[in-house]
Amino acid sequence: MEQHNTATPHVLPLSLYFTVAGTLFVLTGITVAVSFVHFGEFNIIVAMLIATIKASLVALYFMHLKYDNKLFMAVFLSSLIFLGLFLTLTMTDTMHRGDIDPIKEHPIKKEAIIYDK
Amino acid sequence: MSVATTANYLNAEKGIKSWLFTLDHKRIGLMYLFAVMTSFFLGGVFALLIRLELLHPGQDFFTADTYNQLFTLHGAVMIFLFIIPAIPAALGNFVLPLMLGAKDVAFPRLNLASFYIYVVGALFALYSIVAGAVDTGWTFYTPYSTTTSTSVISMTMGAFILGFSSIFTGVNFIATIHKMRAPGMTWFKMPLMVWALYATSIIQVLATPVLGITLLLLVIERTVGIGIFDPAMGGDPVLFQHFFWFYSHPAVYIMVLPGMGIISELVATFSKKKIFGYKLIAYSSLGIALISFLVWGHHMFTSGQSEFSSMVFSFLTFFVGIPSGIKMFNWLATMYKGRITFEAPMLYTIAFMFLFAIGGFTGIMLGAISIDIHMHDTYFVVAHFHYTMMGGTVIAFLGGLHYWWPKIWGRMYNEKLAKVAWAFIFVGFNVTFFTQFFLGSQGMPRRYYNYLDQYQPLHMYSTYGSWMLGVGFLIMAYYLIYSIYKGPKAPNNPWGALSMEWQTTSPPIQHNFEDQPVLEHEPYDYDTRMVVNDELIKKEDVKEKEDINV
Repeated sequence: MEQHNTATPHVLPLSLYFTVAGTLFVLTGITVAVSFVHFGEFNIIVAMLIATIKASLVALYFMHLKYDNKLFMAVFLSSLIFLGLFLTLTMTDTMHRGDIDPIKEHPIKKEAIIYDK
Repeated sequence: MSVATTANYLNAEKGIKSWLFTLDHKRIGLMYLFAVMTSFFLGGVFALLIRLELLHPGQDFFTADTYNQLFTLHGAVMIFLFIIPAIPAALGNFVLPLMLGAKDVAFPRLNLASFYIYVVGALFALYSIVAGAVDTGWTFYTPYSTTTSTSVISMTMGAFILGFSSIFTGVNFIATIHKMRAPGMTWFKMPLMVWALYATSIIQVLATPVLGITLLLLVIERTVGIGIFDPAMGGDPVLFQHFFWFYSHPAVYIMVLPGMGIISELVATFSKKKIFGYKLIAYSSLGIALISFLVWGHHMFTSGQSEFSSMVFSFLTFFVGIPSGIKMFNWLATMYKGRITFEAPMLYTIAFMFLFAIGGFTGIMLGAISIDIHMHDTYFVVAHFHYTMMGGTVIAFLGGLHYWWPKIWGRMYNEKLAKVAWAFIFVGFNVTFFTQFFLGSQGMPRRYYNYLDQYQPLHMYSTYGSWMLGVGFLIMAYYLIYSIYKGPKAPNNPWGALSMEWQTTSPPIQHNFEDQPVLEHEPYDYDTRMVVNDELIKKEDVKEKEDINV
């Protein structure tokens, strides 16, 4: 509570909000446009890149993360890092099955007796 | 019940309501202590029944199905109801504010809420026992857990709810440690127990939500059949193991880190020596917390995960040895040339170092893929796990319980009986579990209800050991409960320790300290200070007196 009272309210100029909103609209347009171009493997990377930029803009400006206590930024980033760790390390499994032992490429038999409901 | 001459937290308010609605961290800690000890008793009975059935091959007392339920209940009750909350929520709740020189935790109401959420979670778990106990093992692996007809949902909902209780405690402790330290207590002047609780809280807050999501997905999979873990619908059962161990491997450090914190306190107090390598012990707690998030795949070497993944996880697993080793060597260096006394808490400390070293080293062995492929799902893993969790965490918990018992109740227990009980527990533990290393390396699979005749001698010794453990715990229950009513009055500082919780009365007054205490010396300044009959003396003053006399 104390912190709340002592913190100065941070008022941003309306123009900044409109600029950010405009950028978001442009990026949405780019997302749609890009969906018509085929980058093969890189499709997902391009889409995620644009989405990340958009999410960062919202968090930084609309949610004031940029102007707030740096601790919140640290908490926010560490949650992303931990999610990243979880996904990356899990993908070392799912992306590499069958690299050495081909039987592991399809380790799960759909017709296995346990799934026979 | 208590020493009753002066007002303290035990007798300041009376009646059952004053306990049920209390916001006092000490009373909440005691309610937690009562709850976790009840769970420990229950889990212990399940363990004895399992060992009893394994005394002879073939069916003796229970059917195979009942046996499956017994080992699942033993695991689930011990993990979720006892060992996770035992040190942070019970002992930690009691001592953390006292160690910081604070009146209470930062959010007393959240603290009480965490206790009641624990109770609700426990009720769900108990209900699952009545409604056809779970037989999946405490890990709830799919696809079995999504297809078995037993009460998986109520048990997983129990664990889900207990997770919230754990998160509440974690959030509360982080805020308390950041904001409520006594004047003068900077981060590196905190007792190491506080560092350990801090690292534990971080894991609790970061990892527990993942368990919640995992268990919810399991429940949804069972009820609606969304197919996340069902390959027939494009799902992947191994994904469940990734989800599950992303929480449950850090969770073993939720269990053992606060135990290491207790050992850091005890080893300095009973060696009367400044702790060796304070900063390294503190940082290694955080190091363990961080690395704990990167090694979960070592539970899955035989699950069908990719070889590349196994290599990465095996490599990362070896790193855990570093911070654990740092702690171990620093404790030993603290003991070196110390003035060691062997009261019950110190006996548990030494037992911890001995047992945890065995548990840790066998962990490194199991982290090596080539060995693990052979040892996976054998008794070797069971023995390793019990050496770290029981030989580590439970032994440290018992050490802490004996150490702070005089502070909690204002009464001393019978030291001789405590030593006898310790001997029973130490010997009984090793007889029970060391034999299991042999069983496992000879190929005895875990969780099996029946076995080949050749394993019987070792199984027999293991069961005899479990009875010794049982006797040890019965003796302990006797002298601890007896001491609450009839034990001699405890001094304020029976062990001559220098951390802040010993500067108040035993038992503490309702608001912990008469005035706001100010940190005047560090928690391990045994090189310059000593405590004689509850009085803090500077060693140089004593020396000066001696010099004058000479």
